[in-house]
Amino acid sequence: MDLQEQNISENNFEQCIKCTVCTVYCPVVPINPAYPGPKQAGPDGERLRLKTGYFFDEALKYCLNCKRCEVACPSNVRIGDIIQLARIRYGKSRPKLRDRLLANTDFVGSLATTFAPITNATLGLAPVKAVMDGVLKIDRRRTFPSYAGQTFEQWFRRHEASRQDRYAGHVSFFHGCYINYNYPDLGKDLVHVMNALGYGVHLLDREKCCGVALIANGMSDQARRQARINMESIRRSVKELDRPVIAASSTCTFTMRDEYPHVLGVDNADVRDRIDLATRFIYKLVDSGAVRLCFRDDVSLRVAYHIPCHMERLGWGFYSISLLRMIPSLQLTVLPSQCCGIAGTYGFKKENYATSQGIGAPLFEAIEKAGVEYVVTDCETCKWQIEMSTSRKVQHPISVLARMLDLERTAELNNAKR
Amino acid sequence: MEENRQREYDVIIIGGGATGVGTARDCALRGLRVLLLERFDYASGATGRNHGLLHSGARYAVTDRESAAECIRENMILRKIARHCVEPTDGLFITLPEDDLNYQATFVKACREAGIDAEIIDPQLARRMEPSVNPDIIGAVKVPDGAVDPFRLTMANALDARAHGARILTYHEVLDLIREQGRVIGVRVLDRQTGERHEYYAPVTVNAGGIWGHGIARMAGITINMFPAKGSLLIFGHRVNHIVLNRCRKPANADILVPGDTISLIGTTSSHVNFDEVDDMRVTPDEVDLLLTEGCKLAPSLASTRILRAYAGVRPLVASDDDPSGRNISRGIVLLDHETRDGVPGLITITGGKLMTYRLMAEWATDLVCRKLGVEKRCETRELPLPGSRDAGPQASGARTRKSAIQRHGEQASHIASANSGDNSLVCECEDVSVGEVNYALEELNVTDLVDLRRRTRVGMGTCQGELCACRAAGLLARAHHCAREAKRDLATFLNERWKGVYPVAWGDTLRENEFTQWIYAGVCDMHLTEEETL
Repeated sequence: MDLQEQNISENNFEQCIKCTVCTVYCPVVPINPAYPGPKQAGPDGERLRLKTGYFFDEALKYCLNCKRCEVACPSNVRIGDIIQLARIRYGKSRPKLRDRLLANTDFVGSLATTFAPITNATLGLAPVKAVMDGVLKIDRRRTFPSYAGQTFEQWFRRHEASRQDRYAGHVSFFHGCYINYNYPDLGKDLVHVMNALGYGVHLLDREKCCGVALIANGMSDQARRQARINMESIRRSVKELDRPVIAASSTCTFTMRDEYPHVLGVDNADVRDRIDLATRFIYKLVDSGAVRLCFRDDVSLRVAYHIPCHMERLGWGFYSISLLRMIPSLQLTVLPSQCCGIAGTYGFKKENYATSQGIGAPLFEAIEKAGVEYVVTDCETCKWQIEMSTSRKVQHPISVLARMLDLERTAELNNAKR
Repeated sequence: MEENRQREYDVIIIGGGATGVGTARDCALRGLRVLLLERFDYASGATGRNHGLLHSGARYAVTDRESAAECIRENMILRKIARHCVEPTDGLFITLPEDDLNYQATFVKACREAGIDAEIIDPQLARRMEPSVNPDIIGAVKVPDGAVDPFRLTMANALDARAHGARILTYHEVLDLIREQGRVIGVRVLDRQTGERHEYYAPVTVNAGGIWGHGIARMAGITINMFPAKGSLLIFGHRVNHIVLNRCRKPANADILVPGDTISLIGTTSSHVNFDEVDDMRVTPDEVDLLLTEGCKLAPSLASTRILRAYAGVRPLVASDDDPSGRNISRGIVLLDHETRDGVPGLITITGGKLMTYRLMAEWATDLVCRKLGVEKRCETRELPLPGSRDAGPQASGARTRKSAIQRHGEQASHIASANSGDNSLVCECEDVSVGEVNYALEELNVTDLVDLRRRTRVGMGTCQGELCACRAAGLLARAHHCAREAKRDLATFLNERWKGVYPVAWGDTLRENEFTQWIYAGVCDMHLTEEETL
């Protein structure tokens, strides 16, 4: 019987014992009856699909890839991965023009940024929205994030790049598409905070979009190509320059750490532990006593923290929350852990709009009731969704930190004078 | 009871396996008044306890030319008449470094002489065709093997037999043969569900009782020198291979890996058992070890694949020599006319053979019955498709019938209700069986209990082995039979039957899942078994 002593199957779905808790935790199931739920779409469906691809169900496209099923699973079945892989392997519907536009965040972003004032004005116009709705099937009720006139990279190269070598510690910063094209201010906040902690911030040799939107829109080959480019840069940063890589976005971080090996088959085992989320990186520095923080005493803030789905999957909500709790004049409410409904590009699609808003509804209600000035979260798409669907603005924990820290005194404490 | 009135038939067939039911269909198609009696359910003996391998005949080509030729002929016929029961997967006969590669030439030559299309292919190509195959192979031969679902096949024959007027009584046990002046003129039968006893008469009785046919013949004072050979198999949790894998050497233990529906099966062992053991076959740890060790040589990933269950069947081999394993006994068909053989008119026995050749066995038996009755009508089963394999099915009409139901029932799936979400909701999530499909089986496919239902629909055959589906199916059964108490008892029996198969392989995730099942039924449903109900 020793033959089966190590019977951990390559087919991870075999560990499923059909307890169905994944389906209970799936945010789509109660809202969209056309979605069979993670158990059926994942381990059950996989077994049938292994018999023949005939059993592939196009309804798998309703999966948000939020991975809450994986968080819930007591048997360590990578349910979300199974579903994404099935879509890659068996899906027949090719991505539409709309999907390509939504998924190519860096290509579209670089165009949009160049013509930012025009883009932003145009995307807000009712007739344009009507055309996008009618022709592209991008829901007209959706608000687009506005594009910045200058990318983060442009700003960084012009103002910051040359002065980063003076610090004792160094990190590479995977800024992601959102910071680069839409919200360079967050990137600037991160540079300032890291500098105050005594860390120089550097760009990677080459950075491509992490690829999460490409995976979700059925463009896995392109995602794989981009993943390889990113991994090459990350490897050089970590191994040759001894610079860990940090990102502000929980989804970019999660994608590079987990989706690369599990869904795209891009190995990252040698450097995975050194790809970190900014809040976690900072929390660990503070917690270990390596850096000290000094907060301003002239501002106070009431905020609610929303744990993004991929943050739950990483198991890292703790770090952002604990970091925020270090701020003495900040009153923090932690919102009930649930999906906001947008899931990246999912919520932009006309056919998903109702599902998307239905999933988020209880969260929006909780936010309105929380009586806070801001919502704080580590994910940019959660930010869009919450800002569009509630009366509150959303901040990244790093921006909150930048605002609440006395950066000068913190820098002094860490011997990091600018 | 109205329908019980008819007592006289042209032919009585004993045994609801593929051979018996196939004979009933053939006899009915030839216009005979047919009664079929089965002690339990369709396909509950050896028919449902084998590999489900659609033999190309290659396995017997070297050792048993006649069987091999029969197999390939029937193989080609079943592909046409039983499309919905057959999967033309092809088969590979692989040579491992420990095997003699010279055997390959002998094998291919024998195959071709038997009419089997055997093609030597490059091991490299074989590895590409079937990625699960042992990468160390030094030779491979492709043959037209496949997979056949014995339950579906038997049921389709039963449906057609009934459509042509045959009467089929399951759960009817033959207690005795009625004899008059040495001639068998009928049977005494116990209705196992009501406890009533009945007598039925016919000028010819066909003994198609498989290994139990030995006992039937005994009732007429006839000895058939049968050799009960136990064969054990393991079922793996999912499809490991998509092409049947065999060893290219003389038939031995555990050298066939068949992809059957959603799973893969490794088997078999072969060992002699006594007649008093044939009703309760259990798989021993030694057999499990042997099956795994040998199986891993065909497909190494079996070592880390979850095993769902183990089971064993008894081959009704007719002994011709003193071979202690039964491996060398011909798998050829044995048709015995007891009038000429033993001076007992009115009784014939059809045995030996194999699932593959059930149709031919039925044809031979029916030919003999017709000769005895003076009926001259040609056998049509070679051409007439079985119900389920007649046309494209509801797929084309865009109906909402589940894909799996169409795979299981062919065009008969159009009888499955799928109009609303209730009909379409799932009873068995692993095997994708809907409420509509279960209700169809309960109404149309002669289901007495949950085990029968499993044979008709695959309810409970999946990874969870009844954890989620058993209680749902029991609920539908209770509604259909208007008896909740009986259904509860049935539920316990069903779960025990599942556990019996799991027990020999209860480790790892299989055990974990069964613990969970036990917790659900004992803890949540408050179901406790009495002592005699447990194993």
